[in-house]
Amino acid sequence: MTAPSITTTAQTQTVSRSFDLAAAFKDAAKTALIMLGLSIPILAYKTDQSGADLFLTPRWGLVAIVCAIVFGLRLLIHAFTASRSYARATPSPRQATELVDASPSAFQKASRFGIPFFLGVALAFPFLVYLIQGGLTESRYWVDLGILILTYVMLGWGLNIVVGLAGLLDLGYVAFYAVGAYTYALLSTTFGLSFWICLPLAGILAAFWGMILGFPVLRLRGDYLAIVTLAFGEIIRLVLINWVDLTNGGAGISSIPRATFFGIPFTAGEDGFAATFGLEFNGMHRMIFFYYLILALALLTNFVTMRLRKLPVGRAWEALREDEIACRSLGINTTNTKLTAFSIGAMFGGFAGSFFAVRQGFVSPESFNFLESAIILAIVVLGGMGSQIGVAIAAIVLVGGPEILRNLTFLQAIFGSGFDPNEYRLLLFGVGMVAMMVWRPRGLISEREPSVILKERKAISGSLVKEGHG
Amino acid sequence: MEIFVQQLINGLTLGSIYGLIAIGYTMVFGIIGMVNFAHGDVFMLSAFISLIFFLILTTWLGISSVAVALLIVLVIAMVLTSLWGWAIERIAYRPLRGSFRLAPLISAIGVSIFLSNFVQVAQGARNKPTPPMVQDVIVLFQGASGYNVALSYKQVIIMAVTAVLLTIFWYLVQKTSLGRAQRACEQDRKMAALLGINVDRTISLTFVIGAALASVAGTMYLLYYGVVSFNDGFVPGVKAFTAAVLGGIGSLPGAVLGGLIIGLIETFWSAYFSIEYKDVAAFSILAIVLIFMPSGILGRPEVEKV
Amino acid sequence: MRWLQDPILDVQHLTMRFGGLVAVNDLSFKAGRGDITALIGPNGAGKTTVFNCITGFYKPTEGMVALRKPDGSHLLLERLPGYDINWKGKVARTFQNIRLFSGMTLLENLLVAQHNPLMISSGFTFLGVLGIGGYRKAEKEAIEKAKFWLEKTRLIDRADEPAGDLPYGDQRRLEIARAMCTDPLLLCLDEPAAGLNPRESLELNELLLSIRRDHGTSILLIEHDMSVVMQISDHVVVLDYGTKISDGAPAEVRDDPKVIAAYLGVPDEEVEQVEAEIGA
Ligand SMILES: Nc1ncnc2c1ncn2[C@@H]1O[C@H](COP(=O)(O)OP(=O)(O)O)[C@@H](O)[C@H]1O
Ligand SMILES: [Mg+2]
Repeated sequence: MTAPSITTTAQTQTVSRSFDLAAAFKDAAKTALIMLGLSIPILAYKTDQSGADLFLTPRWGLVAIVCAIVFGLRLLIHAFTASRSYARATPSPRQATELVDASPSAFQKASRFGIPFFLGVALAFPFLVYLIQGGLTESRYWVDLGILILTYVMLGWGLNIVVGLAGLLDLGYVAFYAVGAYTYALLSTTFGLSFWICLPLAGILAAFWGMILGFPVLRLRGDYLAIVTLAFGEIIRLVLINWVDLTNGGAGISSIPRATFFGIPFTAGEDGFAATFGLEFNGMHRMIFFYYLILALALLTNFVTMRLRKLPVGRAWEALREDEIACRSLGINTTNTKLTAFSIGAMFGGFAGSFFAVRQGFVSPESFNFLESAIILAIVVLGGMGSQIGVAIAAIVLVGGPEILRNLTFLQAIFGSGFDPNEYRLLLFGVGMVAMMVWRPRGLISEREPSVILKERKAISGSLVKEGHG
Repeated sequence: MEIFVQQLINGLTLGSIYGLIAIGYTMVFGIIGMVNFAHGDVFMLSAFISLIFFLILTTWLGISSVAVALLIVLVIAMVLTSLWGWAIERIAYRPLRGSFRLAPLISAIGVSIFLSNFVQVAQGARNKPTPPMVQDVIVLFQGASGYNVALSYKQVIIMAVTAVLLTIFWYLVQKTSLGRAQRACEQDRKMAALLGINVDRTISLTFVIGAALASVAGTMYLLYYGVVSFNDGFVPGVKAFTAAVLGGIGSLPGAVLGGLIIGLIETFWSAYFSIEYKDVAAFSILAIVLIFMPSGILGRPEVEKV
Repeated sequence: MRWLQDPILDVQHLTMRFGGLVAVNDLSFKAGRGDITALIGPNGAGKTTVFNCITGFYKPTEGMVALRKPDGSHLLLERLPGYDINWKGKVARTFQNIRLFSGMTLLENLLVAQHNPLMISSGFTFLGVLGIGGYRKAEKEAIEKAKFWLEKTRLIDRADEPAGDLPYGDQRRLEIARAMCTDPLLLCLDEPAAGLNPRESLELNELLLSIRRDHGTSILLIEHDMSVVMQISDHVVVLDYGTKISDGAPAEVRDDPKVIAAYLGVPDEEVEQVEAEIGA
């Protein structure tokens, strides 16, 4: 056995301005070699099918490129860490205060300027896009993207109640999204109920399911809770696929009635929205209405969450996250408290789901797979558990970020015309999830804002805030 | 009766594969207390590695003996998959050790998403069928209704390979210093480090062993079903995890036992009830087991210290 | 002998087994109303286990834990679900390893302790979310109560700081303040003086005495430090290996040879004799 390796390499590195080039090269070469090992054979040979047989196409050129990129990146990392550890070792006046930093925290900065800014942009977004794109029809892509991001912001805020506040790890949140979507889809297609009636029903039904599913599982702890919720999420999806009589199975439910503007349909006809308000008919009116609808729903989620945080139930959630045993000793019924978190979170998932159904006009089980749950959870964790603004930023980064890929068509010039950057969306998403956890395990905004103050508001450092164990 | 025996054989075969994967879950959970969410995808990746090497060996190098080819494939896949297991731990989990509890889980989900999409991008989204490998069967007995109970060579190979590897592996963790170091780290990682055990290396080796056994499962899966696709990691992964929990997470014999039970339940459910709901059955068992017997069959109950 | 005439807590034949280990063995004792009762014994004697049985964290293997309310009614604590022991039974406790909500401020810690009354005044959240009902007023009162206890424990200056930032001694006091915010009839303290310096320890004695004096709260306390026990307790129960070996006023217990043997250890040849005496 060699000596214990509790020390990290960073500590043992000798600090010098010009880093050890030879060692860096050697290490980069080693990394590239490992990459070569990983590339065999999965990158080096592609399996293609001709008739019933598979044949292999070698791609050693690609392997070489990948290994070279890895080599370069590793060198860069070495150069970067070397210059940073040099900067660290050089005494700076701020160094002593690094732990007890007196300057305004990220949270305070974000809340002072960020919240009004984000709110303003969100409210004016369709108009801004209209002005920039120079027309309603032209702004369609951006409004669509805005709706998508806001849906995830809302889902993130809903899940934040469960994961961020109550500290309960839920990997099956998408189940409640599905319940909400199918509630609207089924009620509107079979009974012809309107969106405005279905919306609260969807929320109530999802909350109800949250309670049913939550009751047996909430005494589980830690990763077990995560796995059971994942199992429930999958069960609901599989039932949606297989219960063809009710849900039309994998084909999904289509031609779901669209929402009306409080009774006025978005049609080109006489009594349509455009005619009523003296506008020229444009399909984008509906999209902009959807945009404001989801914005309102998301803000409602946020408002209720902020309110709940200041109520005893919200404080009990956070206390539960901090120490469940202490909660029990203070007379808090932990099961009920967890159940309220679970079902209120589920309710917002249900609202979002029925919005999803009315916006798409079509639902199918494939929209509610595990990947969705993972994305929503990643938004919450990356945002910094419990931070509302952090979750919003994370949703923009994680949902909006991959959209950049769509516009990287110039890469086709390099990799050939068959290259579709969009294929790499999920691959990069996975890499991004790992990288962000390594970079900021506690998320973007880890500070916690006290729910009540006696004299002065101080943000609480994320290192003190516990993450819950349920 | 004939159907029952046939399903028993099929179930045990499937269960062997689950058991092999489950060991990876159980060992990693035992030593660092995390659910290695990406393990199912490592299994899927190894099936692809096996597939490609099998093609290389049979079509390019002209090895005509399937047995020889399989043996070589098994060894190569174990080595390469181990490298993946090692690299994943090194890149995605080690930097997060001892930090925020959720971080490794999210990171593992990230790795899982990466791996399945990496394979999709690298190899295409279609199902990949293998050339037929071992097709002979032994007819065990002939039923009155003309239903033959058959044991295929494939099944014999799968069960034999599983048994042999499990024995080797069992020896490794019971009798060697690696096994001792592993158990020490399970008990108390800090203390183990102070006593001179290289904790990082022990954890790395745990991942390597887990990946190697998953790769055996991957090769066997390919042999058994003759087809693999990029999203074949998730469901077998969850089932193997169920097996690990059912057997008692942290317990190695438990993982194998759990694997066999899950394999049997799945085949019998498909045969007697409904094949559409076989995954629902598996997920329901997972939920029921976790709720009603979270310490599993062979696991130790966890006490809550106040 | 107030504990015999007017007990607030009556523990009878309490036994707790963990597998083969008998952590508490047929323990019976009473704690007097308005008394400070000390539960002492060497490490591993089973004191914390007794607390866990009283406060519902463990279900006793055998035995009964009865709480006598001021109106004379009985409450069998071992039959209540854990959380109701605080809410219905009015028994509060602290923990040997401090369990504060470290990421929440001191004030928040004390408000969480008033969860149940606040929950009612917020109309079980439904009215509170809509902003109707008397929640605002109730919260103000709760903050006043929290302020009272923060002042009493001299933590008021740090009310808006996270509990995890406090030094050890302050954390111990905050845990007591938090327990007191639940208006308990019986306060169970698990080694409250552990890790305190002599000055802090003195302050703690003052605090406990004033809690008893001003609020009429009975106190059950686990303590190692004999000087603390002798100074403030009215009644001492001594445990060794889960069995009660002595029970009485502090002076009596101090001179009990069995207690001295348990604490100081005895030469090997005397062990059997002592064991015979204590009936082990
Ligand atoms: N949950 C548990 N499971 C198993 N053994 C326990 C448990 N809690 C306490 N014990 C055992 O009971 C005995 C008494 O412990 P404890 O009550 O903590 O002693 P102390 O008097 O020091 O507070 C110890 O031997 C301890 O190991
Ligand atoms: Mg103790």
